[in-house]
Amino acid sequence: MSEEREMITDIKTPIYLQYNFTAGNAPARFLSQIKKGVLTGQRCPTCDSVYCPPRGSCAACGVATEEEVVLTGKATVQSFTIVAIPIPGNPIKPPYIIANLVADGANISFIHLMSECINEDVHMGQRVEAVWKPQEEWDYAMDNIRYFKPLNEADVAIENIGKIPVNGPGE
Amino acid sequence: MQKIAIVAYSQSECVSQAGAFNEVELIMPQLREVFGQVGLTNAQDVDFTCSGSCDYLQGAAFAFVSGVDALGAVPPIKESHVEMDAAWALYESILKIRMGQAESALIYGFGKSSPGELPIVLSQQLDPYYLAPLWLDTVSMAAMQARLMLESGLITERDMAAVVARSRNNAMNNPRAQLSGAVSVDELLAEEMYVSPLRKSDCCPVSDGASAMIICTEDKAKEWGVPYALISGIDHRIETHNMGMRDLTDSVSTRKAAETAGVFDRPVDVAELYAPFSHQEIILSRALGLGDEIDINPSGGVLAGNLMMASGLSRFGEVFNRIISGDARRGIAHATSGPCLQHNLVAVIEGAA
Repeated sequence: MSEEREMITDIKTPIYLQYNFTAGNAPARFLSQIKKGVLTGQRCPTCDSVYCPPRGSCAACGVATEEEVVLTGKATVQSFTIVAIPIPGNPIKPPYIIANLVADGANISFIHLMSECINEDVHMGQRVEAVWKPQEEWDYAMDNIRYFKPLNEADVAIENIGKIPVNGPGE
Repeated sequence: MQKIAIVAYSQSECVSQAGAFNEVELIMPQLREVFGQVGLTNAQDVDFTCSGSCDYLQGAAFAFVSGVDALGAVPPIKESHVEMDAAWALYESILKIRMGQAESALIYGFGKSSPGELPIVLSQQLDPYYLAPLWLDTVSMAAMQARLMLESGLITERDMAAVVARSRNNAMNNPRAQLSGAVSVDELLAEEMYVSPLRKSDCCPVSDGASAMIICTEDKAKEWGVPYALISGIDHRIETHNMGMRDLTDSVSTRKAAETAGVFDRPVDVAELYAPFSHQEIILSRALGLGDEIDINPSGGVLAGNLMMASGLSRFGEVFNRIISGDARRGIAHATSGPCLQHNLVAVIEGAA
């Protein structure tokens, strides 16, 4: 005498947890500068690598990055991808470019968007420059830089990416 | 079986709010300290690294991965993580050494609990169908356990207050404690109820911080030429998550783990017990058969400061420190996990022969 039962496929148990999140001392220093329109990195006292953005330590040496370095907003493309499919929740319409960039004066790459470019012409070693939002929109956020656009400069040789001084590759 | 040596230990101060520090910034000073005690540079100098933490505490996804940035993991290292107290990271490291895959290990635990509402956050460790949706917090569950003890005549409120008074007094000698002071049982009993029958002082505080430890084979400890203590036995046992099936007034898992760890083989003179609530220290002491002659929680225990995910490892560190200083010869380190002492780990730490 088995009773017909409706199949239960899911139950809802929503979780609401509130946090006063803190980024960390080193990220907070970085974010305070970017709020003022200044891109900075932090140098490892052991291996001299400059991290932009900094997270608190040199991941290679495991020591705190204390010294702050002011960067120019010019960078080199280390790698990139052309996104052709829409990502749920992302307001940017494909196709668009996500690039791994190394800021001049920094040694470790960060990820950002590229625009004002022909997607098919983007390449490794390409020189780019930050395009900032209008000053009144600046917040404690990496997207104060709206995207990076190509610079009319000679490419950086692949083996030199990540080794460009803060005043640029020079001649 | 090969004995494992503890050669270095450090713990941050227990603070109610670590401010802007992120996980890497909390961990690094403790790692620097333990590396310094042995004369090492970074995690490249040990064979294995294992950490204990829980991303729910600070609400940062993959906080434990960010923690790896504190290690110096270039070139890559052998590393592992437990979503538990770092005492279980220590357990994993001991297995790694006993299997012959490592001679030395770095263990660290960290917890930044202040960003969230810890007792509520911990409700999410419960069974997801029946209990977690009720937002059953850890303090309320401990309060039900305490009421069972009181109503069945196993303890009095005065017994609970005596545990707190001893913790506060002992913690006056612990510069890393969060709560300390000369308080009397009567003063504590005069406090108002918090979640009855618990007063606020019966509950451990919420703390931010980290601790770290280095262990190795006894041969390696001799090679490094540093003072060491030996972990002669360790075991852990877990009870059902169904609270209705457990005798909450006893800790069978603690007693069983203690038997296999060798606690009852010879007398001990010190015990550091992870008891987040005053009545739980009494449950644990009875399960371990500890008499008045035993120095229980000379650091003040976690009632004086509770670094979630590091406090268990710190119990080992506190016993280690007392053996190295000569204040103790054979001690018990205990760690717990889950609500109402669900899961318990017990170890014996002894001076080198």
